[in-house]
Amino acid sequence: MTYPADYRYTKEHEWVMLEGDEALIGITHHAQDQLGDVVFVELPQPASKISAGESFGTVESVKAVSDIYAPLSGEVVETNDDLVDQPEKLNESPHEAGWLVKVRIADKAEFEKLMSADDYTKYVAAETES
Amino acid sequence: MVDFGGWDMPVQYSGLVAEHEAVRQRAGLFDVSHMGQLEITGPDALDLVERVSCNRAASLKDGQAHYAGLLNERGGFIDDMLVHRISDERYFLCVNASNQDRDFEWIVDHNDFDAQVENVGQDYALLAIQGPRARRIAQSLTDEDLDAIRYYWFVECTFAGVPTILARTGYTGEDGFEAYVPAEDAAEVWSKIMQAGQDCEIAPCGLGARNTLRLEAAMSLHGHEIDENVTPWEAGLGRFVKLEKGDFVGRDALVQQKDAGVERKITGFEMRGRGIGRDGYAVFAGDQQIGHVTSGGPAPSLNKNIGLAMLGAEHTGVGSSIEVEIRGRRVEAETVKTPFYTRSKG
Repeated sequence: MTYPADYRYTKEHEWVMLEGDEALIGITHHAQDQLGDVVFVELPQPASKISAGESFGTVESVKAVSDIYAPLSGEVVETNDDLVDQPEKLNESPHEAGWLVKVRIADKAEFEKLMSADDYTKYVAAETES
Repeated sequence: MVDFGGWDMPVQYSGLVAEHEAVRQRAGLFDVSHMGQLEITGPDALDLVERVSCNRAASLKDGQAHYAGLLNERGGFIDDMLVHRISDERYFLCVNASNQDRDFEWIVDHNDFDAQVENVGQDYALLAIQGPRARRIAQSLTDEDLDAIRYYWFVECTFAGVPTILARTGYTGEDGFEAYVPAEDAAEVWSKIMQAGQDCEIAPCGLGARNTLRLEAAMSLHGHEIDENVTPWEAGLGRFVKLEKGDFVGRDALVQQKDAGVERKITGFEMRGRGIGRDGYAVFAGDQQIGHVTSGGPAPSLNKNIGLAMLGAEHTGVGSSIEVEIRGRRVEAETVKTPFYTRSKG
């Protein structure tokens, strides 16, 4: 699996794509693979605030519930409503159609601190081996 | 892989839902060798089985099995088990992995008879072939006529080239067989079954699918629906209790509870609102907590979110409106009859 080079990543397996001061957030291919078939996604309401490192929603697969952690702080502009009826999009297209929320970010420095695609690829490889 | 009571067990192979569907539509193969096996033998074997089991072992014929509870004095489940009568002097019990040592000690402690009790779990591997095509696959690996083996009957035979106890039992709500094979032959038998099942599109299945399949069939899981504080009446397993057979451990408590009436009962529910009621979540009616979810999750074959809950008796009628508290939010649900899924008998 290749991870988009222009995205940034977290140790909790979320990705961020930045466009101006708006960030698209999702979970990585590795995360959806570990979860298995996603059946339910719970996301914050638009205009609510999320804070870096804190849980802002949940993704449920058949077997378990997982929290999603905010890679950075900001205000939710939009959520991916397609996931309400088609949560399987998270499995099919985790890096694109399966995005979760669009956030107006507060501090671009938070983005710069996240892992690059190379670092994340190594991180996943190390985690899978252990 | 997950650690399951000291066993490394795969939760899924190809994917939980795909495995689940394979069992419902075709066939699946489970390695459930972690399950424990105990043997009770000798001229007094039946006396001991009758003492520790709530079901009536005396009504079993050679080659027949039944479900039963191994109960404590309070009528609670130390474990649930399948009792197989191999002969009038040999009973073969299949019990849960994590309880097998406790079960063994309990049975030995109640052996006021001249029976031998042996923990033979290490000798056997258990492979379960389940699904509508299971019989066809199993048949290709033995000369025994499997059509002649009815549900909850078994045969000692040569299966995939090794001596096997082959039982028409399972934990999925589908037709199928459970093969108790010598532990050292397990890997080879697994390969032979996979090979024999290729045309039938058999899928290897993990613990995840095993759980969703048994939940749809509303089969109890020890540690969830049943435990040492839950009686067969409360678990909805009263049909496996034979009070009239005479004394057995837990009988007095069961008689007492039956006379007094049960205050709570395992009840099936379906989510009506958006959300999935999971194990341990609180269940409410109005402002009052009336119980908790014992097993809950999505039902892949039904496209619903279902569960079993231990609820106060007044809320267990079909069609009761209840709410499941999901991460601080109450979501509507409704009690329904179980099992959630019943296979169509073809």
